[in-house]
Amino acid sequence: MNKLPLIIKREYLAKVRNKSFVIMTFLSPILMVGMILLIAYLTQLNGNEKRVIAILNESDFFSNEFVTSEATSYVNFRDVSLVQAKDSTLNMGYYGLMYLPNEENLEQVAQRAFFYSKEAPSSTILDRLENIITGRLRQERLREIGLSSKEFAEMDRVYDINIATFDGLQNIKGINEIKAVIGGAFGYLIMMFIIIYGGFVMRSVIEEKTSRIIEVIISSVKPFHLMMGKIIGTSLAGITQFTIWIISGVILLFIGLAIFDIDPATLTEGGMTPGMGNNGGVNVDAVTQDIQLYAQEIFEIPIFAMLLFFIIYFVLGYLIYSSIYAAIGAAVDNETDTQQFIFPVIIPLMLAIYVGFFSVFSNPNGPIAVAFSLFPLTSPIVMLMRLPWGIGGGGVPVWQLITSILILIATFIGIVWVAAKIYRVGILMYGKKPSYKELFKWLKYSS
Amino acid sequence: MNNILVTNEVTKQFGNHTALRNVSLEIPENSIYGLLGPNGAGKTTLIRIINQITYPDKGSVYFNGVPLKPAHISQIGYLPEERGLYKSMKVGEQVLYLAQLKGLSKNDAKQKLKYWFEKLEIGDWWNKKVQELSKGMAQKIQFVVTVLHEPKLLIFDEPFSGFDPINANLIKEQILNLKNNGTSIIFSTHRMESVEELCEYIALIHQSEKILDGKLSEIKKAYKNNIFEIGLEIDNPNALLDQMRSSFQVMSHVYDPIEKQLDIKVQLPSTASSELLKFLGNRANINAFVETIPSAKDIFIKTVQDKGIAHE
Repeated sequence: MNKLPLIIKREYLAKVRNKSFVIMTFLSPILMVGMILLIAYLTQLNGNEKRVIAILNESDFFSNEFVTSEATSYVNFRDVSLVQAKDSTLNMGYYGLMYLPNEENLEQVAQRAFFYSKEAPSSTILDRLENIITGRLRQERLREIGLSSKEFAEMDRVYDINIATFDGLQNIKGINEIKAVIGGAFGYLIMMFIIIYGGFVMRSVIEEKTSRIIEVIISSVKPFHLMMGKIIGTSLAGITQFTIWIISGVILLFIGLAIFDIDPATLTEGGMTPGMGNNGGVNVDAVTQDIQLYAQEIFEIPIFAMLLFFIIYFVLGYLIYSSIYAAIGAAVDNETDTQQFIFPVIIPLMLAIYVGFFSVFSNPNGPIAVAFSLFPLTSPIVMLMRLPWGIGGGGVPVWQLITSILILIATFIGIVWVAAKIYRVGILMYGKKPSYKELFKWLKYSS
Repeated sequence: MNNILVTNEVTKQFGNHTALRNVSLEIPENSIYGLLGPNGAGKTTLIRIINQITYPDKGSVYFNGVPLKPAHISQIGYLPEERGLYKSMKVGEQVLYLAQLKGLSKNDAKQKLKYWFEKLEIGDWWNKKVQELSKGMAQKIQFVVTVLHEPKLLIFDEPFSGFDPINANLIKEQILNLKNNGTSIIFSTHRMESVEELCEYIALIHQSEKILDGKLSEIKKAYKNNIFEIGLEIDNPNALLDQMRSSFQVMSHVYDPIEKQLDIKVQLPSTASSELLKFLGNRANINAFVETIPSAKDIFIKTVQDKGIAHE
């Protein structure tokens, strides 16, 4: 009778029924969504607070430049000294005092102008004030040159270069960032999963060692079956957890948004980068055209192929790393001894993420990206980061994809073999922390 | 007589360390077989080979006449020296799982568990977690796990370590019971005195080699040196002793003048003791006449010394 399903079932149930696992599974979406909502709520609250700024204008160059807006309003002081103005600003509880001295020309006014406030002022307020003064300075300069504001506005143009591939596919700027985000998300997901659930596998192995049940079990089943059952059972628990997180996260987010009456559209607007926000004044047609292009581009990302390869790379990468984790667990007696072995395992994972962000995104088919997407310990992450640029054509060449998977499979077989050997020897060794040299010696032990 | 298990010139190495060197054993069916030797002698390695946890580099193992194979796992029960249970798992669930790993179906396992839980009076532990149990309680459960699938061969590695005397007795009873029902049992221990009353056969393992094996009674017969301990009630011991010395080899004597009790140790040339009895019978009241039998420990020490192997 095959005992692997029995082991998988036990490992799965042991993990899923674990109290801290249950708490983590159900609490973290609530915490995450709670945090998002709290931040959104606080941002709104912050935005709603109206700030009053007093202005003491002694110069002739400013009159009605300070226009009350939704977030700030301005109060003008007249015929008072600076000291009096400061006092009244404080007494009235205004946010701060903008002082514009009387000088010969605008340049000097701008130089001697001061903003007084109780505490260090917020940068948004300062930006706003600086913008107003800069605008006034520019206006003055234009007047000196002899240009009208209208003429200047016509001169000041934003230009976006049109880009296309040789195949004639039209491209748009910013799409690379979107691809990077998608690829990065996949890569990051794999790394997190490996580190979290690899750790679970390791702790589970250590638990069997310290509770001394291991010898009872391997008198019934092969150590290899136990190891694989543990790895598979734990990963199924992990997949369960991720599924619950995603589903409950989405539900909670919508519930939360409904309760707090936050419009998702305003949130995304806030999250947009300034460069993207520049489209404010452009006419509507251009915007819709752009959106169509984006949609088309995102559609061009081979999403189904990506999912397929995500699963392939995820499974292989996870199996490789978690068998290493299992071997580490078998080699030591307690968790504190694992550090020296875990560090070299995490390095390639971190390297893959960094290579992905710094090299792949700027040059998806460059030599570094290619090398790291073939190297088996980094390929699950780096290759997935390259995939949003497509397969074949301008994207990842098919031979690289196939080679990378073949290398990964070969490595998988090799590493599982090595890990199983260390595991088999290690689980019956008690009392001492082995060195790398000793681990190497174990490989030569006959079964 | 059938042998349940035979090992033939089994050798096992770990790197440069030889754990077992050409160990050949024959373990008769339906017997209790003691595997004796100091810590680190290689007993556990041998047991792991029998359990197919590890495999010999050289030599072969036969179970019931056929080469040992994975299917035999379900016919062997093993209680390791390093034993434990999953701490956060419930007792019932855990025992069912371990029984299923041994190849029992869930229903069979449940039925058999009921029998054992009643017998050991642990029926109400089913839903307890192992971490709530005392050490003795956990060991009872480990014992049940070992015997539940009714194996033909049971292997106990230091079975009584950690048991209190009452539970140790209970388990001893159960082991004898199993033996009477036809199970063959291997006992491994470094405390030789503890198995003397149970074992019919023994093997002594020392520094990776078997140095002695056979039926315990025969080994003892072979190792006894015809020493008799005699207790006499006598008024004048010196006259008797002088007379005795002329015809027998008196090794030592102690006299208690108040109780008028003389204890003598005499070595005879053979097991024939009638002459000595006759000699004594005319001269004193005999209240003890015992042939000293060497203990397994004595035999072990003597064998090691005879073989010229340095003893730690």
